[in-house]
Amino acid sequence: MEKNSSFCFSNLSSNLPITCLITFITIFLHRVLNVIYRTGKPLGKRVSPQRPLSTLIVLGSGGHTAEMINLLLVLRKERFTPRFYIAAATDNMSLQKARVLENSLADSSETKGLSAEFMQIYRSREVGQSYVTFVWTTLVAMAHALWLMIKIRPQVVLCNGPGTCIPLCVIAFFFKVVGIRWSSIFYVESIARVKGLSLSGLLLYKLRIADQFFVQWPQLQRKYPRAHM
Amino acid sequence: MGEARDGVKVKRVVFVTVGTTCFDALVKVADSQEVKDELYRRGYTDLLIQMGRGSYLPTKSTGDDGSLAVDYFTFSSSIADHLRSASLVISHAGSGSIFETLQLGKPLIVVVNEDLMDNHQSELAEELAERKHLYCARPLTLHQTIASMDLNSLVPYSPGDATPVAKLINRFLGFPEES
Repeated sequence: MEKNSSFCFSNLSSNLPITCLITFITIFLHRVLNVIYRTGKPLGKRVSPQRPLSTLIVLGSGGHTAEMINLLLVLRKERFTPRFYIAAATDNMSLQKARVLENSLADSSETKGLSAEFMQIYRSREVGQSYVTFVWTTLVAMAHALWLMIKIRPQVVLCNGPGTCIPLCVIAFFFKVVGIRWSSIFYVESIARVKGLSLSGLLLYKLRIADQFFVQWPQLQRKYPRAHM
Repeated sequence: MGEARDGVKVKRVVFVTVGTTCFDALVKVADSQEVKDELYRRGYTDLLIQMGRGSYLPTKSTGDDGSLAVDYFTFSSSIADHLRSASLVISHAGSGSIFETLQLGKPLIVVVNEDLMDNHQSELAEELAERKHLYCARPLTLHQTIASMDLNSLVPYSPGDATPVAKLINRFLGFPEES
């Protein structure tokens, strides 16, 4: 009898970490499902529409950046403030274009140039890089992305396709799951994508990370019905 | 169109651009005698090639001997100026170059780089060609495209508007509708 109960106890104690782990995983999965359920649901009327939202803008290169600037031109800046621009560390042109945009805003209105910040991020893989160093650079890139996101904690994420947006969006999703910050993620697929989504777009669409997903050609919208046009 | 008021031929520049890419196949074919002859026959006087990171160097020519004047450079911060002063643009398939040219209302031939692995770029050029905003060619067919193109049949491109996207974003976030 005695022997049996001590056996039970040791059995329980050895099960304790596993029980904890299972509980933890269950809670975590529940949070993930909850976030996925809430993703894509409009936030509802704002109690105070004057209250601006901190916004992260992920810039790509060339055409991507031009498209993003076009979108920013028609968004009301006082609603999306402060703005944080992130581009790849190897891309000098994009942040330059964003600075030109922000300077023109500062000139044309009383909005201070202080409401924008510009940052660069390491890319996990540059074109032509070998796969041997890929694992290491990915870890560095993820850590850097996490560091930037902890600093920014955006309420709105705008991105349109460069690969750099994936770690940032995944971290934004993670922040929602653990309750650090709720953000709305908007993804606009590049106009260059006519027949199929880019890899970034496909990931954010399939994993339901993007709250709103936009495509620019009718044949793509037919293929991906949850996308807007 | 090619004649100035005093009867002297005005400059009609063909601007070839590869952007930041390396696209020797396009530079090479633009510099081929076949293409140059065809361009000259159609009334163009100058060929200006932006060759990017490519290594093939075209042969410069002043064009004094009754042929096309040829010049080239690698990169320039004033691509927009070159586009603006061109009578015809021959471009790689990058969306930046394509839309910049179309928005300036310049006739455009897009040459698709067949060496690119992930060649989604041809999708855009082909779609826009189907809508008659531009001509789409491959390096090997550029000559035929120049010979057969009818620039008057091109349809002007009206740039896409980001307002619907902005509207949906605002609605999603609960901002009041713009009035």
